[in-house]
Amino acid sequence: MATTTRRAPVQPAEPAGVPSSAEIAALIADAPVPRPTLPKTFAAMMAREFRVLRRNAISLFTRAVMQPLLFVFVFAYVFPKIGGGFHLGASAAAAGASASAVRGGINFATILVPGLMASMLLMQGIMAVTFPLVMEFSWQRTIEDRALAPVPIRVLAIQKIVAGAVQSFIGACIVFPIVLFVHAAGQAPHVHVTNWALLVLILAAASLLTASLGLLLGTAMDPRKMQMLFAVILLPATMLGCVYYPWSALHNIRWLQIAVLVNPMVYMSEGLRAVLTPVLGHMPMWAVLLALVGGTVVFGYLGIRTFTNRVLN
Amino acid sequence: MSDAPGFAIRTEDLRKTYKSSRGDVPAVRGIDLSVGSGQFFGLLGPNGAGKSTTIGMLTTLVLPTGGRAWVSGIDVVADPVGVKRRIGVVTQNNTLDMQLTVAENLEFRSRFFGLGLREASRRAAQLLEVFGLADRRKAMSTDLSGGQAKRLLIARALVHRPDVLFLDEPTAGLDPQTRVNLWDILRVLHAEGQTILLTTHYMEEAEALCEEIAVMDHGEVLASGTVNDLKDGTGAETVITVRYEDAVPDDLAARAGLGQRPGVTKVESDGDFVRVFTREPEGVLGELVTAGSAAGLTVRDATQLKPSLETVFLTLTGREYRE
Repeated sequence: MATTTRRAPVQPAEPAGVPSSAEIAALIADAPVPRPTLPKTFAAMMAREFRVLRRNAISLFTRAVMQPLLFVFVFAYVFPKIGGGFHLGASAAAAGASASAVRGGINFATILVPGLMASMLLMQGIMAVTFPLVMEFSWQRTIEDRALAPVPIRVLAIQKIVAGAVQSFIGACIVFPIVLFVHAAGQAPHVHVTNWALLVLILAAASLLTASLGLLLGTAMDPRKMQMLFAVILLPATMLGCVYYPWSALHNIRWLQIAVLVNPMVYMSEGLRAVLTPVLGHMPMWAVLLALVGGTVVFGYLGIRTFTNRVLN
Repeated sequence: MSDAPGFAIRTEDLRKTYKSSRGDVPAVRGIDLSVGSGQFFGLLGPNGAGKSTTIGMLTTLVLPTGGRAWVSGIDVVADPVGVKRRIGVVTQNNTLDMQLTVAENLEFRSRFFGLGLREASRRAAQLLEVFGLADRRKAMSTDLSGGQAKRLLIARALVHRPDVLFLDEPTAGLDPQTRVNLWDILRVLHAEGQTILLTTHYMEEAEALCEEIAVMDHGEVLASGTVNDLKDGTGAETVITVRYEDAVPDDLAARAGLGQRPGVTKVESDGDFVRVFTREPEGVLGELVTAGSAAGLTVRDATQLKPSLETVFLTLTGREYRE
């Protein structure tokens, strides 16, 4: 019973909370003069996000680790070991390799490194922005807490995008060593980064894109249909997002290769493929950057607009 | 400009109409309010009267569709950030940050308002002490009881010494003891000069706390003034209502001679009841019972309301107050 020694309130038996008028007077006389500025408020909001992130670190880490870990375990460790009829990865890799006119030796792990990082970016972006937003806009409308902070509402929306992007970025960084090091002997992915600055740029742009998309989804979607998110957005975006195969390998299915271009995920996977595993055929960099930046601007603009409309009714 | 000094809140023909698939829904239909600095002002009305929409517009989270409003002399539409810097808001819902502890809720709110780390934690500690939450400082805000959460919401609204404190239905859903405690806190705040605007659908709350009251219904202000003004004006009469077992004949009131009685200002009769507004209630009830039995009617129930906000409401709307 070590905790019984906490500082006693004035009268423990009394239902606490009725302050004396002297206390209130002191409270008012002592009140600090607030000098909020936009950068200070923005920084405080980001600090709040990091506090929450730190508190939920273990669950966030688990969430970020499990999916890619199991994926590379099955595809880069189990499949190569059991070998035989499982040529899922090999054939895709072969197609990609032939398209880029690179000699053989490309394994499925090489395809998965950028793919799984991109898929993590999308997942974290949505989990970090969309889900909390749905909670904040639900019946208690806890969003009003921050909507009353002394900044324009659009700044609050931008802050949500930045915070989500940071979380997304961290998620991708957690995935990287996992997909790099978990594999069967001789199945190591061929990762070769020549331009680190470009890698960081692509990661940052992709993080901002997913966070903007997360904001749009969280404010535009009917919360009662949130479970549809997986079926209608996450699953198709991932399966048809060049996560498990390079875009160039789709040239055999021309209509699909063109159709998937509407999927922002494609540019994230391909952009990372270009900077991480350049041995594989990949989309030209200008197309990737154009899509990532353009997508961020479009989703960001729409997301900020729907957010503002939801907050101010 | 109408930001005359001394006014904490002013509105001119303030309106809000919501668009919906079934057409326009007017929530606030042009209200004019003036709340003096240091005043304890109440917006009283039943649910759906437009009180929360009004408070929403004054706190910049609801955009007006017509008219204007100023808080501390600042236009709520033209400079919402300027208004937000000067107000504290206690929302009707529990809008505490569920991801943060009790102390963090106050610390981060302080930092949103530009306080430094040290200053923010000092302010939080002080508020927690005064509001009796010091021993709960490390609890998650979701673990607080209803009364504790409400106190924290008030503490949070006071971190930066707001010019105006807004409280939207602060005691709805609280037990009577907690409600009285909260009233005490608000009284002390007001005594220390805090300007307060409170909405409530509890008549006794408005009567117990507010210096001035605006009675709202269906998006309009029906009457405003001090409680005594209101009672002396529109609601000065005692209201006697007698309900019978069967429908009342149209001329029952006339048969009872109520129209000629001194002090009677209005007689209403509809369906199974007769309602008399009078300044001299003595004997009226008896006559209604007698007249009823003469007409073969049995009395089901009878009420006699002394002048109060309830009679004010009844006089203004012709309807009984529904909470």
